[in-house]
Amino acid sequence: MDLFSFGNVIVYVNKLIKFINSIFFVILIIGLSFALIFSPVDYLQGDTVRIMYVHVPSAWIGISIFSLIAISSILNFVFKIKNLFLIVKSLAPIGLLFTCLSIVTGSLWGKPTWGTWWAWDARLTSMFMLMVFYILFIFSFKYFKNKEYLPKILTALSILGIINIPIIKYSVEWWSTLHQPASIKFTGTSSIHSSMLIPLFLMLLALLLYCALIFLMKYKTEIIKIKKQNIKRL
Amino acid sequence: MLTKKIKTRLSFLISIILITLCFLIFIYFNLKQNILYFKTPSEIFINNQIKENSMIRVGGMVKKDSIRQNNKEIRFILTDYKKELIVVYSGTVPNLFSEEQGAVVEGVLNDKKYLIADRILAKHDENYMPPQMKKILKENAK
Repeated sequence: MDLFSFGNVIVYVNKLIKFINSIFFVILIIGLSFALIFSPVDYLQGDTVRIMYVHVPSAWIGISIFSLIAISSILNFVFKIKNLFLIVKSLAPIGLLFTCLSIVTGSLWGKPTWGTWWAWDARLTSMFMLMVFYILFIFSFKYFKNKEYLPKILTALSILGIINIPIIKYSVEWWSTLHQPASIKFTGTSSIHSSMLIPLFLMLLALLLYCALIFLMKYKTEIIKIKKQNIKRL
Repeated sequence: MLTKKIKTRLSFLISIILITLCFLIFIYFNLKQNILYFKTPSEIFINNQIKENSMIRVGGMVKKDSIRQNNKEIRFILTDYKKELIVVYSGTVPNLFSEEQGAVVEGVLNDKKYLIADRILAKHDENYMPPQMKKILKENAK
């Protein structure tokens, strides 16, 4: 298994970082110019709708990163795969960043449209819970250094947290909420006009690339940390 | 195959999942009423437990041609197309508040048909489109 030794991984990671660096800014500029300049205004909300191009992708990213780290930490708990542990550790802060971003942009969007910064409806509350779970995740990395306890705590957190994910998704359908129902569905047509859908997906791509960039940098640092520890032991 | 260690870990995992599920069911049945952010006018009409002179949140559509405004207060009818509720409010309304749009009002119920609002929130639907598109849709509907 020489292919997956940490030395080889660093080479791949470096190559990937270089590649993403070369295309990230181009896609970001295209996405932003579509989102802020070329896309049309909404018939009802006017220019306020442009907050959507950051709000919606960051909420998606926040939710999907949590599902990813929850599943990885459960797998890590059962099969003790060191790499998964590092991936979880480097992904968690990124997920927190995007969850906070979606909450902040959402509240900025809520004030002009709904007339309030925050309401304790099911969607907003479950998103707030997601943020709390991220913070608990990161704190447990900080305070439980013990190799015995940490995976157990992470597993318990991820099981509790992953139940929250479908609640976030379906909260707007199950209960009456201030937040409007989903515009883009897995099946069926979306209720966002295609001229607004294209910039939305461009921004999603740009933010995903940003995620990948930060993740790879953090992952590399974690690997280097482990290497240093091993050198000290020798 | 699965070693003994992995088996113990799996059983630990399953026990955590079971405990969590029990908790969730417990929480769900306790919070069932509080999860709903607002009630509809017909729910208020049916439900006898809702007391008058208590704070309540009601959501629905603002009925067409029902907004009456003078310099002191705004008065409109909130409907869920089955039952209607008259709302009185003094204060500024959000930008998106208009006829045939969703709204959530928070206030004191005077009787089952009359509500004095403290706060109005606008609710919008999941459709986003450019203004030209909306015009075309409107013309097609005619």
